Amino acid sequence: MNIVDRQLPDKKSKNEVSLSAYTLLFSELIQYNQRKVTHIKELERRLADIGYSVGVRLLEYIAWKDKGDKYLKRETNTVRFLQFIAVTVWKLLFGKAATLERSMDKKEQFMITEDSTLVDKFISVPKDMQGLNCASLVGGLVEGLLDAAEFPARVSTHSVSVDTQKTPRTVILIEFNASVLAREQKYSL
Amino acid sequence: KMSEGNFTSPLYSIFIINKSGGLIFHKDLVQRKVRLTSNSYLQIAGVFHGMYAITSQLAPTKEVSSGIKTLEADCMKLYCFQSVTGTKFIVTTEPNRNDVEINEFLSQLYSLYANYVLKNPFYDLEQPIHNCDKFQINLNSLIENMFSVSL
Repeated sequence: MNIVDRQLPDKKSKNEVSLSAYTLLFSELIQYNQRKVTHIKELERRLADIGYSVGVRLLEYIAWKDKGDKYLKRETNTVRFLQFIAVTVWKLLFGKAATLERSMDKKEQFMITEDSTLVDKFISVPKDMQGLNCASLVGGLVEGLLDAAEFPARVSTHSVSVDTQKTPRTVILIEFNASVLAREQKYSL
Repeated sequence: KMSEGNFTSPLYSIFIINKSGGLIFHKDLVQRKVRLTSNSYLQIAGVFHGMYAITSQLAPTKEVSSGIKTLEADCMKLYCFQSVTGTKFIVTTEPNRNDVEINEFLSQLYSLYANYVLKNPFYDLEQPIHNCDKFQINLNSLIENMFSVSL
């Protein structure tokens, strides 16, 4: 029987993929895109677009597969959905949860922060490309998830240097469209 | 090359040589009495690469032999680990060092190289390791943890 058709050996490893295999593939993806662009922002945009198409499909997959026989209830409240992303989706994808924060001054702004992103783990950005953050893939993924769940938002990925660690922390900034907040207020969800 | 004296670190220097004999990484952990230019380091690496190949041919065994694994001198001891891909990891230490510990260090170094250099999309294969910050950071932690040296 073809190795591709065989079951994965372990029940636990059915949801797991080798980190090394993923990182090498991601590395090639970045190199391929790098050849086609001229600015850092364009490269980030391309990675985000790839993440977007993953995110859109991911929501369907999680809603179907995560609960087994029962379907996942569709979330209509923004904060609860963001918590779903930061905890459940993150755990499914990366094995750990991220922290969700709400901005003090702007009500439609939220942040998902992680001390170190798994996708980025082995990548060191050279000094002449300082602005690049390869976790833009994950930012795009979040944007895809939000769009698929009817919470249109602007999502951007940033890295913030902190004193407690040598590598910068990744922050995914989410700004919901005014329509989302208006809808929440109107139906008091 | 190096005169005797008390050095702050039991580990003197680290070299990584690619499969064609070019030096791709080099780190000195102690001050040398004689300063070497970067060209000298390249030459040293090339010579060692050649010596390694010669010794593996000279071995009086029927099967394929490995090249130089350890080299002992009055003032230092040199350990070399060649991976299956032909990349050599070389470490010079103070004399009378524990072999097992250093070989363990070499395999950890290999693992760091495989993770933070080879998986980095911005690193060109077989070229000198310039911009791999995470490799440097993790290498420093490894040295600090294994040999209680502060870098």
